[in-house]
Amino acid sequence: MSQVEIWQDQYRVRAQGLPGATLPWLVTLRERAMERFVAMGWPTRRKEDWHHTSLAFLEGQTFKVPMRGAAPPEESLMGRLREGGAGHWLVFVNGWFNAALSQIGSLPEGATVDTMPQALIGHAERVEAHYGSAEDGGSPAALNAALATDGAYVHLARGVAVEAPIHLVFIATIAEGASHVRNLVIAEDGAEATLVEHYLGTSATATLTNAVTRIHAGADSRITHLKLQQEAEQALHLASIDTQQGRGSVFNSHSLSFGARLARNDITTRFAGEHCETLFNGMYHVDGKRHVDHHTVIDHALPHGVSREYYRGILDGSARGVFSGRIKVAPGAVKSDAMQRADSLLLSRQAEADARPELEIYAADVKCAHGATVGQIDDDSLFYLRARGMDEAHARNLLTYAFAAEALARIGVAPLRNRARAALLARLPGGHLLEELTS
Amino acid sequence: MLDINDLRVSVDGKPILNGLSLHVKAGEVHAIMGPNGSGKSTLAQVLAGRDSFQVDGGTVTYDGEDLLTQPAEVRARAGVFLAFQYPVEIPGVSNAYFLKAAVNAVRRHRGLQELDAMDFLKRVKSEMKAVGMKEEFLYRSVNEGFSGGEKKRNEVLQMTLLEPKLAVLDETDSGLDIDALKVVADGVNRLRAPDRALIVITHYQRLLDYIVPDYVHVLANGTIVRSGGPELAAELEERGYAWLAKAPEEQAKGVTT
Repeated sequence: MSQVEIWQDQYRVRAQGLPGATLPWLVTLRERAMERFVAMGWPTRRKEDWHHTSLAFLEGQTFKVPMRGAAPPEESLMGRLREGGAGHWLVFVNGWFNAALSQIGSLPEGATVDTMPQALIGHAERVEAHYGSAEDGGSPAALNAALATDGAYVHLARGVAVEAPIHLVFIATIAEGASHVRNLVIAEDGAEATLVEHYLGTSATATLTNAVTRIHAGADSRITHLKLQQEAEQALHLASIDTQQGRGSVFNSHSLSFGARLARNDITTRFAGEHCETLFNGMYHVDGKRHVDHHTVIDHALPHGVSREYYRGILDGSARGVFSGRIKVAPGAVKSDAMQRADSLLLSRQAEADARPELEIYAADVKCAHGATVGQIDDDSLFYLRARGMDEAHARNLLTYAFAAEALARIGVAPLRNRARAALLARLPGGHLLEELTS
Repeated sequence: MLDINDLRVSVDGKPILNGLSLHVKAGEVHAIMGPNGSGKSTLAQVLAGRDSFQVDGGTVTYDGEDLLTQPAEVRARAGVFLAFQYPVEIPGVSNAYFLKAAVNAVRRHRGLQELDAMDFLKRVKSEMKAVGMKEEFLYRSVNEGFSGGEKKRNEVLQMTLLEPKLAVLDETDSGLDIDALKVVADGVNRLRAPDRALIVITHYQRLLDYIVPDYVHVLANGTIVRSGGPELAAELEERGYAWLAKAPEEQAKGVTT
């Protein structure tokens, strides 16, 4: 039986038990999505958008969807994660919501934070309107659409602002466990919120995360999304974050990728109204033989949009970091202003960085700039630090941190910035020596 | 304290220092002057341990030990300090962190207790006042967005905090207005001590009005062509460097005829 057939089989077995299995539109969507996955299979390098990242090896790997409630993480984990930070916490273990570990807390009037199965009961029409289609994304997204078991649902009524971050935590604990989570964020006009998607794992053997997050950012809404990927070293992490922006909205995306053997993030936003603004800020650190791929699309579909995209990658060992940034400016999207930068720091000779800017500009009177650099630790800076008594290893770590600091500085929410900094320092050898860093 | 004998250094096969000798005792201040490209900065960097230079010959002994075999950080901990001509900017790393890491690296080596945050801040703030730096510079990234003068003050601040035995100042006066020059010179003069030696590298005589050296050496084409007292600096100011560059040639002619 091929892998595709195994998934097809899982789908047949599970379909009846999936949330919303009585909703005709959802059943149809899932059927169609499964067909699409079967037709496409896992992406290989022959696919244009997967030029540097093949998932062909998934053909040889078997994953199972774990049971709800199986292998919960130790309780102390949540305490360590929260670190006393304010916020609304939803925790998913192996793709299933875990009520005992979650703490949604009190929300302002008009804000709803719930699980997707609950939302499919209580808010089925709204979910349907924003759920997405079977045709969205690549084949992993199609598999997610067919098999998604759980996920978070966030709805913010018009003008509602949620001050503390909404944390969505996804923990993989079971070997060969697969989790297909699907999150939906609907921010009506003028709403404001900060969302964190935090992925981590405790399994020493391979796990598969295949996540989809869809964000509807209404007119004049302000949404910040921070993704922190710290899965275990053998994990496979596939995710897409898909945003539609209404007129005058501001969407900030931060993607920090530190874990997993292979991580692929598809991050997309579409300006569905005029005067949209977006920031795509990314940072990753990979070592060993690990691989990280960010595939981003910013679609200036309508005029007067402003986008800023900055990705910084740190690559050690024989790791590979891929960044592709597509910027589309549709015909008539005049006064679009797009800027993209991708910088990579290679810490070893075997490490490899690929940066692919793809500008598709079909409008006149626009500003579009892009640039990419690949470099090593600067000798002058290294000498300066050593001439002040720091040993070479400490100096290298400090300069590696300094390279990433620019990405950290763009994270406007201080507690999240500190969280991101701690995650980075945990990856750097001797990072504890840098803990006092403050700027 | 420092004995340089017949030092020969090249970069990418191109000789920069051609048999340079210099002897510096504790308590002395030596000025090294010379035209651009004479090898002044190379000498400073070689002493501090920059490893992009090729040492082709000669010896450098510091406190009786071979300096050239030691890595830069070991030299720094042993009391060698270089005030950089072009201090490096390090975004994302606060000056406070950088200064504290440097001070404690040196203190550890000297068998002193590391300064805790409180003691360090007290110490650094009083020294900053002395070099005319505002406290906000502690919390800014190392040298990032500093003006030329601010960078040089930051170098002098580091020198003061690290209490070196041998300090080499590489064109610390360049790009400074007269007020900043006085502050820098004052910082250097406060460091003068019987157990400490200073080498002041400069292109202009101006700095030497404020830091009066015991000896002045003129470097040209990678070797010291003339040594003397402070009056030599005044002479250079008047006559420039051209007459010195010609001097060896004229002397050679004198021998053959």
